[in-house]
Amino acid sequence: MANQQPTSGNPRVDIEYRRKKSAEEMRYQVITFALMIFLTLVSFVAVGYGEFSGWFIVPFILLLAVVQVIFQLYYFMHMSHKGHEAPQIFLYSGAFIGAATVLAFMTVIWW
Amino acid sequence: MSTYAQKKGFGATIWDYMTTVDHKKIAILYLIAGGIFFILGGLEAMFIRIQLAVPDNNFVSAGLYNEILTMHGTTMIFLAAMPLLFAFMNAIMPLQIGARDVAFPFLNSLGFWLFFFGGLFLNLSWFLGGAPDAGWTSYASLSLDSAGHGIDFYALGLQISGAGTLIGGINFLVTIINMRAPGMTYMRMPLFTWSTFVASALILFAFPPLTIGLFFMIFDRMFGSNFFDPAMGGNTVLWEHLFWIFGHPEVYILILPAFGIFSEIFATFSRKRLFGYSSMVFATVLIGFLGFMVWAHHMFTTGMGPIANAIFAVATMAIAVPTGIKIFNWLFTMWGGSIKFTTPMLWAVAFIPSFVAGGVTGVMLATAAADYQYHDSYFVVAHFHYVIVGGVVFALLAGTHFYWPKMFGTMLNEFLGKITFWLFLIGFHLTFFIQHFLGLMGMPRRIFTFLPDQGLETGNLISTVGAVLMAVAVIVLLINIVITSVKNERVGNDPWEDGRTLEWSIPSPPPFYNFKQLPLVRGLDAYWLEKVEGKKGMTPAEPLGDIHMPNNSILPVVMSLGLFIAAFGAMYRTEHAWGLPVLIGGMLITLLAMFARSVKDDHGFHIHKEDLENDDDKGGKA
Ligand code: HEM
Ligand SMILES: [Cu+2]
Repeated sequence: MANQQPTSGNPRVDIEYRRKKSAEEMRYQVITFALMIFLTLVSFVAVGYGEFSGWFIVPFILLLAVVQVIFQLYYFMHMSHKGHEAPQIFLYSGAFIGAATVLAFMTVIWW
Repeated sequence: MSTYAQKKGFGATIWDYMTTVDHKKIAILYLIAGGIFFILGGLEAMFIRIQLAVPDNNFVSAGLYNEILTMHGTTMIFLAAMPLLFAFMNAIMPLQIGARDVAFPFLNSLGFWLFFFGGLFLNLSWFLGGAPDAGWTSYASLSLDSAGHGIDFYALGLQISGAGTLIGGINFLVTIINMRAPGMTYMRMPLFTWSTFVASALILFAFPPLTIGLFFMIFDRMFGSNFFDPAMGGNTVLWEHLFWIFGHPEVYILILPAFGIFSEIFATFSRKRLFGYSSMVFATVLIGFLGFMVWAHHMFTTGMGPIANAIFAVATMAIAVPTGIKIFNWLFTMWGGSIKFTTPMLWAVAFIPSFVAGGVTGVMLATAAADYQYHDSYFVVAHFHYVIVGGVVFALLAGTHFYWPKMFGTMLNEFLGKITFWLFLIGFHLTFFIQHFLGLMGMPRRIFTFLPDQGLETGNLISTVGAVLMAVAVIVLLINIVITSVKNERVGNDPWEDGRTLEWSIPSPPPFYNFKQLPLVRGLDAYWLEKVEGKKGMTPAEPLGDIHMPNNSILPVVMSLGLFIAAFGAMYRTEHAWGLPVLIGGMLITLLAMFARSVKDDHGFHIHKEDLENDDDKGGKA
C-alpha cells in the first residue's frame, strides 16, 4: 500500500503488545489447524460409514471444503488483517463469477 | 550511471526499444504496432466494402472474402483496439497516479512482445496457405471443419498474444493498487486510471476462459481431442459459451478505457470538474461487474430455452442504467462549462450521440424474442460498429490528439486534426447508419455478395462511399503525424493549458524517471488544485534523493520468440518430421530464458541525487 508506515525503526513500537498479539495469533492457528484435521476426518468418515447416499456426501464434503478454504485464507494467509482489502475484493468477485459460470453451464449446456 | 540525451544511431535506437522496460517507450511500441495493425485491418475493411459495393461482384472470391472478413474482425479487436488502448494506459496511467513506472517493468515488456509475436504469427497465415476463415468468433462447428491451417494460426496466435494481454492487465492492477503517490487515494484517482483499473480486472477474469477455449480448440485440431465434436461426445456449443464469457467482457475492456479518455477530455475542455465523480466511479465498477452476467445474449438463438433467454435479456438491459448515468454526467460536465472546441473535444462531443445510438440498438438486440429477427443480420453489424467505432475508435483518435504532446513533446496540427474529425464522422455515419436498414430488410451478415433487384444496392453503395471517407480521414491523420514530427516544435508541460491531472505537471515527454520527487496529492484533479492556488507545480512529498531504476533486458523478446517458434512446431507436427523438434526447441528457448531471468539477480541501478540536480527540468527524451 502506498501510504503505509514502515514498521521497523519506529522507536515507539510496543514490544509487549506485539508479543501478546503474536501469541494470540499462534493460538488461533493451532485451533484452526486442529479443526481442519477434524473436518478432514469427518469427511473420510462420511464416505467410509457407507450408510449415506451420494446425494448427501458430495454436497457435504464440498461444504467442508469451503470451510477449510476460509480457514486457510483467514487464519493462515492473514486475510483477516488490515491491508488485504484488494485481494479480498478480487477473490470474492472471482469466486462469484466462477460460480455463476458453473451454474450457467450446469443449467444451460448440460442440464 | 546516467543515460542522458546523446544522439544515437538507428541500430542503437532499435536495440534500445527492443530491450526497454520504460513504460513510456513500451507505450510507443504499443502505439506503433497497434497503429500498423489498425491500418492492416482498415485495408481489409476496404476490401470488404469494395466487394460489397455492387451486387454480384467478383472482386474477391467467396473463400478469400471469408478470410478477409475474419482477419478484419480479429485484427481490429485483438491487435489494434486493445494494444492502442494499452498504449495510452502505459503512457498515461503511471503518470496520473504519480508513479515512476509500472509495478513490474520487465513483465510490461514481456506483455508487449508476446502480443507482438502473437499478432505476427496470426498475420503470417496470409503467406502460409491461407488465413483463418470462420469469423472472429470462430464457432467450433465451422472452425473444426475448416481445411488448411487458418484456424490453427488463429488459435495459436491468439493464445500467445492473449498471454501478453493478461500479463499487461495484472501489471496495471498491481500498479494502481500499490504505487499511488502520497495522498492519491482511490477516490482521488482520475477516471482514466479508474477505467484502466476496472478494465484490467475484467482482463484478469475474462481472459482465462478464452485461454481454455483456445486450448480446447488447439487440442481438438492438432492433438486429436474431441471437446467440441458432438459425434465423439463433445459439445459444440461449449465453445460459444467459453468464447462469449470472454467476448462480452472483452467489449467492455475496450469501451471502459474509452469512457476514461473521454471523461478526461470533457473535464479538461469544459474547464470544470467532472460532474458526479463518485457516481462515475460507481457506474464504471458496476458496468464491469454486470459485464460478466450477460454473455449469453449472443446466443439467444442457440436454443437455451425461454428461462435462460429471459434472465440474460433482463441482465443485459440492466447495463443500460449505469451507462446512462455516465452519459448524463458527461452532459452535465459540459453544462455551464466554458467549452473549448479543440480536436479531442470535438471527438468527445460527437461520441455521445454516436454511442447512444449504439446503446439503443443494443437494448433492442437484448430483447430476446426480437433478436430472433435481428440475429446474424446487418443490424447486428450496425450495432457493434456504432459502439466500437463510435465509442472506442473515436476515443483512440481523440486520445491520439490529446496525449500526443505528452508522449512525444510535439503538438499535432489542430487544423488537420479537425479535417480528420469531420471526414471520419461523416464517413462513419454514412457507412454504418444505413446498415441498420439493410439488416432489417433481411441482409444477412458475413455474406460475400448479394443479388441485384432486392433493394440492397443503394444502401451498400452508400456504405462503401462512407468507408472511403473514413480511409481518407486516417490518411490525413498520418500526414499530420509526419508533418508534426518533421517540424518538431517542442511544447511545455501543459500544452493544452487546461490540464487537470498529474501528467500535465511534468515535462512533455517526461524524463525517464517521471517524477524527480514524488508529488503530494491534495485532492481530485491534483494539478488543477495547485494551479488554482497560483502555484507553478506540485508540492513534493519527499526530499530529493537517489532514484532506483530497473535495467533493460532482451529476455522478453527471447521468451516471446521461443513461443512463436514453438507455435510453428505445434502446427506442422503431424505433417513434417521437423514439427516436433521445433515445438520442443521453441519451448526450450522460452524456458531457458525464464531460467536465466530467475537465477540472475538484477538489482537495477540508481540515478544519483547530483545527476538529478543538474538535470533541471530540461525534459527527457522520448
Ligand atoms: C447498452 C449496452 C449494450 C447492449 C444492451 C448490447 C447488446 C448486444 C446484443 C444483444 C448483441 C447480440 C446480437 C446478436 O448477435 O443477435 C450484441 C452484439 C455485439 N455487441 Fe453489444 N450491446 C451493448 C453494448 C456494446 C458495447 C459497448 C460494445 C463494444 C464496445 C458492444 C459490442 C458488440 C459486438 C462486437 C457484438 C457482435 C458480436 C458478434 O456477433 O460478432 N456492444 N450486443
Ligand atoms: Cu455482448
